[in-house]
Amino acid sequence: MGKTISEKILSSKSGKDVRAGEIVEAKVDYVMVNDITGPAAFDEFEGLCVPPIRNKIVLIPDHYVPNKDVPSAMQAKKMRDFAIRHRIPSYFEVGSGGVCHQLMIEQGFVAPGRLIVGADSHTCSYGALGAFATGIGSTEAATVFARGVLWLRVPESMRFTVDGKLGRFVSGKDVILTIIGDIGVEGARYASMEVSGSSISSMSISDRVTISNMGIEAGAKACIVPPDRKVDDYLRGRVRGAYKWTLPDADADYADQNSYDGAEIVSVVAKPFLPSNVAPASETPVEIDQAYLGSCTNGRIEDLRIAAKILKGRKVRNGVRMIVVPATKDVYDQALKEGIIKTFSDAGAFVSGPTCGACLGGYMGVLAPGERCVSSTNRNFVGRMGAKDSEVYLASPAVVAASAIKGRITDPSEVSR
Amino acid sequence: MKEVIKGHAWVFGDNVDTDQIIPAEYLVTMKNSELAKHAFENAMPKFASQVRKGDIIVAGRNFGCGSSREHAPRALIGAGVSCVVAESFARIFFRNAINIGLPVIETKLASRSGDLVVVDLRRGAIKNERTGESKRFPAYPPFVMMLIEKGGLIPYTKEVLGCRR
Repeated sequence: MGKTISEKILSSKSGKDVRAGEIVEAKVDYVMVNDITGPAAFDEFEGLCVPPIRNKIVLIPDHYVPNKDVPSAMQAKKMRDFAIRHRIPSYFEVGSGGVCHQLMIEQGFVAPGRLIVGADSHTCSYGALGAFATGIGSTEAATVFARGVLWLRVPESMRFTVDGKLGRFVSGKDVILTIIGDIGVEGARYASMEVSGSSISSMSISDRVTISNMGIEAGAKACIVPPDRKVDDYLRGRVRGAYKWTLPDADADYADQNSYDGAEIVSVVAKPFLPSNVAPASETPVEIDQAYLGSCTNGRIEDLRIAAKILKGRKVRNGVRMIVVPATKDVYDQALKEGIIKTFSDAGAFVSGPTCGACLGGYMGVLAPGERCVSSTNRNFVGRMGAKDSEVYLASPAVVAASAIKGRITDPSEVSR
Repeated sequence: MKEVIKGHAWVFGDNVDTDQIIPAEYLVTMKNSELAKHAFENAMPKFASQVRKGDIIVAGRNFGCGSSREHAPRALIGAGVSCVVAESFARIFFRNAINIGLPVIETKLASRSGDLVVVDLRRGAIKNERTGESKRFPAYPPFVMMLIEKGGLIPYTKEVLGCRR
């Protein structure tokens, strides 16, 4: 019997021939922490008796930077101080960085076949480039700083195949929300998702990242797209070090297989209060107070372009706030260069610099009691973006932009030109 | 880690996410006792003021889904919670709990809030004293049991690295 991508990468990184269900201590290529998960890792690390493995560590303040208050400023300072004290080369200060997952990909840390762990649940995003990447806690991040290895259970794999041409406004977000709607928020619990098929091959890297990013919302440990030439093209001139594709064997053992007809997938939203509560956008005409475009899920230049194209020459409806948060400085600079920032501003949207912002209810657009937000982010739990009785509807950038114009959740084909 | 745990149950449903356990706005400290003040602030407002040392959380499926924040199990430790029993756990919460020494047990136990629950970690047995229901739960894999016995991932790592305790 052949092996899945997860079994191959974890075999290679542990130096053993392992299968799903076994526990290994595997060599980690990179470990990333952010400003809310980093401080605990730094404290735990100080109790260990060795210097950090500097070139494996990536420090990215993004959740509460620029700082929202004094405690968050102290956390960011703790990260800065750790970077200076231990001379960690990969520290990305405000003004040079942005949302950690997009930055990890942009900055070439992520490549096929690598094992990357991060103290943030959306670390699974990197599966889009063929890496095995998974979210971990702060304490275990500290031990990776010291040893460069981590214990992991080799997950079973579930295969998802999406074939066919996607509709004009149907994106990676609609594909992953449709899958989560089918299998539920624990449908892939402890498992690795492998997502492939002609719809995925013809998709941009950006859309694939959206799919892998939300694997965790189905409980997945990793969400991997087998690498192809598009990944090589993306990594050229960007990747740090060498890499090799890891592909699944034709006779790999999958715990489950699911197929989708891409042509049947429509623009959807996930209604409160679970990402699995999925319905077509066209059948969910609820009025909104806010439209939020950003995050590691959908804050890339491709996402901003789609929304800007819909908003160009139009206005955000009276009574609706639209907030646009480019994921990184590079995304921001590119949007500036292409005139996209001006398009948003002209439409009446507020554009901020890179931050996780209101995605997790931090700041920069939190919701008042009873308010509703259509958001390109990843979670719609109770109170996720603010007051406990506020509501979040997860959607693609196209749905967010169309909804901002109409003041209610809108299928983008309704406003297309 | 104590081998036999006795405590009163706090009962929760399915898909208790980490935003419910500790809302993101309080992720500006790592002090367990500070975090505990806001545990379940929106989901069960009386929890933080009424929870007693040794209490046990009994929940449904997918407990701890959502973010990787270690603040979630830390808030529960800070609140005095001695153990979490759930029909199933989200994997990052499960790892975090094991790694920092909060016992987590994957089994379904019918309970009402306030029921006295007894857990024998070594024997793999759990009992609801009110209903009389007794259950066995599967042993942890050997590597995980070893981590638990050493007191979590940090003591294990110190041993591997040869750090003085």
